[in-house]
Amino acid sequence: MNTAPTRSLLADAPRLAVLSLAALVVLAPYLFMLSASVKPGGEIFQASLNLWPRHFYGWENYHKALTAVPLLRFLLNGAIVCAIVLFFQLLFAVPCAYALAKLRWPGRGLVFALVLLGLLIPAHVPALPLYVAFAKLGLLDSFTALTAPFAISVFAIFMFRQAFKALPDELIQAARLDGMGELAIVWRVILPNAWPTATAFATFSVVAHWNDLFWPLIVIQRQSMATPALGVLFFRSQEGGNDIGALMAASVITTLPMVAAFLLAQRRFIQGVATAGLKG
Amino acid sequence: MAGISIEGVRKSFGGAAILHDISLDLAQGEFLSLVGPSGCGKTTLLRIIAGLEQADAGRVSIGGQDVTRLRPADRDVAMVFQNYALYPHLTVAQNMAVPLAMRRLSVLGRLPLLRHLSPGQAAARRGIMDDVRQAADMLAIGHLLDRRPGQLSGGQRQRVALGRAVVRHPAAFLMDEPLSNLDAELRARTRKEIVQLHRRAGVTTVYVTHDQVEAMTMSDRVALMQAGRILQIGKPRTMYDDPASLAVAQFLGSPRINTLPGTVDEGRVVVEGLRLPVHPAAADGTGVTVGLRPETLRLTPAGPLFAAVEHLESLGADSLLHTRCGATPLVARVPAAAADGLRPGEAVRFEADWPAALLFTAEGARLAHARAMAHV
Amino acid sequence: MSEAARLPAALEPRLQSRLPWRLHPEAMAGLLLAGPAVLALTLLLLLPTAALLVLSLTDMELGGPPLRWIGLANYAELLGDPGFRIALRNTLVYVAAVLPLSVALGLGLALLIEGGTRGRAFFRAVFFLPVVSLLVSMATAWEYLLHPTIGPLNRALAAFGIAPVNWLGSSDWVLTSLCMIGVWENLGYVVVLFLAGLTAIPPELRAAAETDGARRGWDRFWLVTWPMLGPTTLFVVTITAIRCLRVFDTVATLTQGGPNKASEVLLHEMYLEGFTYFRIGYSAAITVVFLVVVLGLVLLQTRVLERRVHYQ
Repeated sequence: MNTAPTRSLLADAPRLAVLSLAALVVLAPYLFMLSASVKPGGEIFQASLNLWPRHFYGWENYHKALTAVPLLRFLLNGAIVCAIVLFFQLLFAVPCAYALAKLRWPGRGLVFALVLLGLLIPAHVPALPLYVAFAKLGLLDSFTALTAPFAISVFAIFMFRQAFKALPDELIQAARLDGMGELAIVWRVILPNAWPTATAFATFSVVAHWNDLFWPLIVIQRQSMATPALGVLFFRSQEGGNDIGALMAASVITTLPMVAAFLLAQRRFIQGVATAGLKG
Repeated sequence: MAGISIEGVRKSFGGAAILHDISLDLAQGEFLSLVGPSGCGKTTLLRIIAGLEQADAGRVSIGGQDVTRLRPADRDVAMVFQNYALYPHLTVAQNMAVPLAMRRLSVLGRLPLLRHLSPGQAAARRGIMDDVRQAADMLAIGHLLDRRPGQLSGGQRQRVALGRAVVRHPAAFLMDEPLSNLDAELRARTRKEIVQLHRRAGVTTVYVTHDQVEAMTMSDRVALMQAGRILQIGKPRTMYDDPASLAVAQFLGSPRINTLPGTVDEGRVVVEGLRLPVHPAAADGTGVTVGLRPETLRLTPAGPLFAAVEHLESLGADSLLHTRCGATPLVARVPAAAADGLRPGEAVRFEADWPAALLFTAEGARLAHARAMAHV
Repeated sequence: MSEAARLPAALEPRLQSRLPWRLHPEAMAGLLLAGPAVLALTLLLLLPTAALLVLSLTDMELGGPPLRWIGLANYAELLGDPGFRIALRNTLVYVAAVLPLSVALGLGLALLIEGGTRGRAFFRAVFFLPVVSLLVSMATAWEYLLHPTIGPLNRALAAFGIAPVNWLGSSDWVLTSLCMIGVWENLGYVVVLFLAGLTAIPPELRAAAETDGARRGWDRFWLVTWPMLGPTTLFVVTITAIRCLRVFDTVATLTQGGPNKASEVLLHEMYLEGFTYFRIGYSAAITVVFLVVVLGLVLLQTRVLERRVHYQ
């Protein structure tokens, strides 16, 4: 039964007014960022509250942002890092989650306890020893250094285990009778049946690693290896924060891919990040 | 005096009409069941009486007062929900105290910490706990008062929901399939208890159910609904013996009434080539339906209804004899001994209590017997 | 295998109970499927965490002399280190300000969104936008917004006759500004979680509250909504607290802990000590403190509060 009947627009007006005001505050940085990214420096320094530029200076700002530092290269690096991380996270976590959820083997309880223990440790904690190890191995400034620490996600193991547990045992027994091996069952029967969990985890993982600053800041020195977050920092130090128009253009470019993906698949994103959070 | 009166209530959801022009009157203290198949609008009607839904048109009065525009809280009705809707974070006693606290305590008095600061509220709270205990004793749940709903069985939760309704002596009880989540045995027992509760409290009650047995056994009157309309209102016995239409006759009674389509010929009905001794008040050549309750059929060697046995269901003392009269299925409820030894395919003959046969037009409206019947 | 096959049937169960998994292909499969993950988990998370605890007891410096075992000396130094104490204090102030503000505002906005049918998806998406946006870039946008002379915020305040504030440049205001950005960043997450919690409340409970006499929305909120949101609220509080404790990106982008350490926070202090000054041992000790605070929060959630919000 629908318990929230549609009220008249007039009765709904106070609610909509408060929400719109809050939305405006949340959107303010985006609006001013976009506005400044198409204004010439002179206009920005006049500090007018006009969002619309008198002289459209977008082409110059965006051109500078793209040429002063290899911004597109940063975006590409970001995509590569996200892809590698997600690939290995699934590769390790999915079979393990299946074994934890559906198979009986010695040590299962212990491994699950380790997974739960791992859930309690923030990613910042192992950073220091890992950095020392990567430095000793001469692996800094590489995709290996950027991605290896995240190859295992206890969170993925936990989330997939919960999802796999809910699948009926008959599904697996039928696949075994059909002559499938356990590895084939994992990838061809179990994972396709837990697709919502897989997409939820994928969005969660990609958002997290696209936006991560802490680890790239530690292991990357070379500009050409920078991820988007680190790239913006490089741009800032190079420009000294003087050319605000170009800086805003760079911010727009680096923010855009994830925001665009979000706007296209809103429901999935929110579901992904929210359920991922809920299960943690 | 708190009868309920509903006049011309209409309701639709997103263009789909759920209730068409419903009117209904309940006397003070009456127990009325709204019965019908799921989706017939009975729950929506109940929620409109409660004020949880607004009718698109029409009036609802309780105790002579027009409550159409009043909020649920101001209507002085108590509702028992299908899934009980107990507050899971409150104990049984606190659950039952809620309707009293909402009415008797000030805003300050209801707050967990500030209530100690508000003068005069302590006595009110003691009064509430006395009333709760009294209602709990009446329902035999006094020993459960400190538990949470999560620790109770389905039957106990059901009683707490009833307790929350009776504790404040409302003008009317509204019950939405309160027994549907209980097992068969508990359902039968609780049925009786609700009736006793109603007798003792004498509170006007509207009871929604899809179960005709509940409707027939509990109510003073039954309103049978279908597709947003009330087909008939009446005493359970009347509804059964004297239904206004084929739909009513078919809904009430288990197993279902036998319906034999036929035509009128020389004042009598011909079904499957058999001339039956019923005389409908209809012209020759018109199509009619003869309704025969299974318990009105008797096995006799000379009966006018010829049928072939299909199978036999034993109910213990009685047996249900499933047969076929030509293409028309025919079910008879006969003493177990009478059906002993019958085999599928065997031919049998039935006699019926013909004056009790129900006649309907081809459209399903009730049709009277003609006087000619007396000559049979 | 072939030997086992020749054993008398009566012996078989005994053998099986002695070597339960060698005879079970399922056990083998389980070990093989979980093995790689366990190995990776150990190498990349558990061993490094253990190593961190050990490192925090040494004076290791990258490129420095060979490390020495110095016991709890790093922790003793932390106690007397004004930089660390400021960082810890600032982090706790940040949590204490951002957490209640984002939870309260987030709950309010979620209730408003849920309170009607118009614009639900739109507002939910708007508030969630910061969660998926690149924080470094958005911090840069905030920096422009908060710029003392050309920033739109001061410009707008001037219209009300309010003197310009040096939001990020003065040690009086910098933490407040970071907290503002923190609320902006966390709000959408809180809203979405509360919305999920709100839709999980059975509508019949609200109907029951209405017939029971809860006339005002205020009464229904305290009788039904707030208690039923208990588990969600607890979860939101824990998750948001941990997110706040991890504050790093805005500090690293906008202030580097300045001016005068006025915006120094735990993770940034740990980053400075470890990766700028290469005092690995000391930085490890800071990380351990960070871990202890996070674990303390989780423990608080499970042990103390869980009992009071799940109604079974």
